[in-house]
Amino acid sequence: MTSNTFAPTRSLNPFAGLMSGTAGPVIVVVLAIIGAWYIGSVSLNTPFQLDTYERADRTDVPFSELLSDTLSQERPVLPAPHQIAVEIWETTAEKKITSKRSLIYHSGITLSSALLGFLIGTTLGILLAIGIIHSRVLEKSLMPWIIASQTIPILAIAPMIIVVLNAVGVSGLLPKAMISTYLSFFPVAVGMVKGLRSPEVIDMDLMHTYSANRLQTFWKLRLPYAVPFLFTSMKIGMAAALVGAIVGELPTGAVAGLGARLLSGSYYGQTLQIWSALIMAAFVAGSLVALIGLVEKLALQRMGMTR
Amino acid sequence: MTALAGAKDTEMVEKHKSASPDRVIDIEKLSLTFETNDGPVHALSDIDLKIEQGDFVSFIGPSGCGKTTLLRVIADLEKPTAGSITVNGVSPEEARLNRAYGYVFQAAALYSWRTIAGNVALPLEIMGLSRSERQQRVARNLELVNLSGFEKKYPWQLSGGMQQRASIARALAVEPDLLLMDEPFGALDEIVRDHLNEQLLQLWAKTSKTVAFVTHSIPEAVFLSTKIVVLCPRPGRIYDVIESDLPRDRTLDIRESPEFLKIAHRVREGLKAGHSYED
Amino acid sequence: MSTRSLSKSRLDIPALLAWLIVALVIVGLFSPIFRPDFGVMDVPRLSLCLVILAIAAVRYELGFMRNRFGDLMLGFVTAFAAWLLIGTVSNHPGDAALGFWALTAAAWASAWLFVERLASWKNSSKSAARLINLAIPALFGITLLALWQIVVTGAGVPKVLLPAPSEIWLRLIGSVPTLWADFRQTFLKAVLAGYAIGCGSAFLTAVLVDRVPFLRRGLLPIGNLVSALPIIGVAPIMVMWFGFDWPSKAAVVIIMTFFPMLVNTVAGLSASDTMQRDLMRTYASGYWHTLVKLRLPMAMPFIFNALKINSTLALIGAIVAEFFGTPTVGMGFRISTEVGRMNVDMVWAEIAVAAVAGSLFYGLIALLERAVTFWHPSVRGR
Repeated sequence: MTSNTFAPTRSLNPFAGLMSGTAGPVIVVVLAIIGAWYIGSVSLNTPFQLDTYERADRTDVPFSELLSDTLSQERPVLPAPHQIAVEIWETTAEKKITSKRSLIYHSGITLSSALLGFLIGTTLGILLAIGIIHSRVLEKSLMPWIIASQTIPILAIAPMIIVVLNAVGVSGLLPKAMISTYLSFFPVAVGMVKGLRSPEVIDMDLMHTYSANRLQTFWKLRLPYAVPFLFTSMKIGMAAALVGAIVGELPTGAVAGLGARLLSGSYYGQTLQIWSALIMAAFVAGSLVALIGLVEKLALQRMGMTR
Repeated sequence: MTALAGAKDTEMVEKHKSASPDRVIDIEKLSLTFETNDGPVHALSDIDLKIEQGDFVSFIGPSGCGKTTLLRVIADLEKPTAGSITVNGVSPEEARLNRAYGYVFQAAALYSWRTIAGNVALPLEIMGLSRSERQQRVARNLELVNLSGFEKKYPWQLSGGMQQRASIARALAVEPDLLLMDEPFGALDEIVRDHLNEQLLQLWAKTSKTVAFVTHSIPEAVFLSTKIVVLCPRPGRIYDVIESDLPRDRTLDIRESPEFLKIAHRVREGLKAGHSYED
Repeated sequence: MSTRSLSKSRLDIPALLAWLIVALVIVGLFSPIFRPDFGVMDVPRLSLCLVILAIAAVRYELGFMRNRFGDLMLGFVTAFAAWLLIGTVSNHPGDAALGFWALTAAAWASAWLFVERLASWKNSSKSAARLINLAIPALFGITLLALWQIVVTGAGVPKVLLPAPSEIWLRLIGSVPTLWADFRQTFLKAVLAGYAIGCGSAFLTAVLVDRVPFLRRGLLPIGNLVSALPIIGVAPIMVMWFGFDWPSKAAVVIIMTFFPMLVNTVAGLSASDTMQRDLMRTYASGYWHTLVKLRLPMAMPFIFNALKINSTLALIGAIVAEFFGTPTVGMGFRISTEVGRMNVDMVWAEIAVAAVAGSLFYGLIALLERAVTFWHPSVRGR
């Protein structure tokens, strides 16, 4: 007779717990990316370095010197992570915030127009969604366009808006904010329409049995149902608003903002400047989205929508 | 009044008989404990059970008694933590790899991107059968569950009862000797369920398969089974095993007969006793 | 939808609109139409426009011919009125006065009334209902274009600020060869190549990541984070690495499309429920069989979601990357240089091409999606 006995197995490896969660794997993957980055930096920067040695008539340079040289070029093809970190440190902590060379100053410029645009865009999107769910004509005529407009590369209009508004004398924060508005408005509108529509028929019927009017139904039923949708679309809208602000800084030859840093870096081959602006942009976007996520968590907790 | 033979004998399962050639399932001292955050849960405790070739065995009990878990252990979807089990004389895993059984789930679990014929052919494709063999088996088994003519339909174009019949045809298409059914008619209404019960009995009579059937309906269990296993929860264990001596070819009318009601009564008593035990 | 039947509007919007038209027509009758000194009687075509709008509105208020024929007549009257307005204003650019704006507003209200009526049609046949659902947004778009034309011409908005649709159209058909060359450079080369490579490699990575649970847990949070970052910023780096021509743009597109595809495909591959996976297990199905027969079909809605998102991202990426340097051809290049020269109509023509290309690209993938995921509840109902 064949018999199978099974014994419960428990791993005694102390790392098993860490690695079975998310934190461990994420750290490992990040370390792997950084490692690959260094390898990439060395191999991409080597040709230029060899060229330099040849011009200086230096043959058989020891490998260790080559290695350290490739990681400390002034305009490397691919700067090493520590070079970018140093550059960011120098342009944030060691510069006055008002200085034109301070990355915080530039981030602030971009951030303020992105935030302004995001606020206007979100408000508009919510208002439009409220209109759409209450008017069939508005829904039928507007909704297809809202969806279609997402398939259009709106960002292509950015330079024109900036230049044209500059031509009529509107400059500064507002033109960039308009692009951010435009980009953040669509996800919020679409998400809110979905959210305000998400109550089930049975919930609406319940409100009907109370003979609640539209306003009461809106405040007591539709709006609470729409909150999770609002936060999800606000995260998308925030990311889009930041992209809009950065792209809005590209065409004008703007002197300030993260987009301007990208552009001037690319003009003068300042790779370190490009990369530090890029990392900074990523950091700003990441923290803004995380901030919305935090507010979302708190709000949903208060509303009893999460455990 | 012969229906109650061995009524009080809850420990009637023979323990030390060696595996006979027609023994399909042999379970001895089997236990399964899930480790959860709230401590261990004893889903199955000290189960002893033999199922012979051609039996129709129902597992019945309140929710949480481990009846589905037991079926899943037989199917090698769960691993027991202690004890032994053989299916067709080999381990459940080997039996699964041999495609020794067909499994019918609580829901039809048909793939909505495949036609009915495509769904029934799914296990056959995985087994690597030739196209002509597949077509033959699909036609044969759809015929068996009265679904001929629906080959080209998609699952979502069919009623719930028809979907469940298609999933039975899919389990039969493997042509196993053992059919494992986990509350297959639980989601259907009473009338459809009666109808499918009758069809299932006819099918069982025609094919002489062994069936292990999980249910929470007393009439269904008594109507279908040759052997009824009553389980009770916390820890999940066998409370009673009832050998039914109702005739093998039954019609729905049998549910009015005194023999039927007597067995049903004993099952109900068993369920009640098992329940009061937990308080 | 029964949710809507409960909240019937208590406002009779069509009646209000009809009264509005009457009021606006009266304003038009007694105000100057064009500067310096034109009344509506001095411009016979506008008198006609005023009369037909007034008749249409009064007809509606009196409840005469409140049927489909009457509604269609209203549509024709509106179209005719708009045509008269566009025709007359082109002779008096920049001279529109209060009366003219009142007539324009009346024509707009009449268009709105028409759409309101159209939306209230009860349709028994499915195809007729679908036709109306297409017609309403189309009418909205046409109304918007007509208003744009009338307002820009009538108010004399400088061409630099906003050209009229007619000017954009003329520019468009006048520079087809340039636009085609730009389209070929940006869309046919950079976008399509980058899109195919980006989506394809992300798909393969996703299958690999899915196979290794460690990678899935490690890469997915990073992928989610990266999806929210302004990746477009890598454009200058790619231009430095891969040169001015289209490969650098394709590289930007690859990076932009990679992460949405990765995240969605991984999510899709884990979309099958436990019962379905147990089923495959009872068949002793191997990894590849389960992948091909269960998990990939199950992932298709997710994959197509990413393909649709990416179709937009790809075009944006390619166009914006061209702002950082190109050979003298390409949609992004054209937009940035023509903006510099204040040739705004050319910019708009280029944007029109981009919009049509983007919508068609998206539409094509949406059609493909319907064909592939015909079984999905969101598709099969329609």
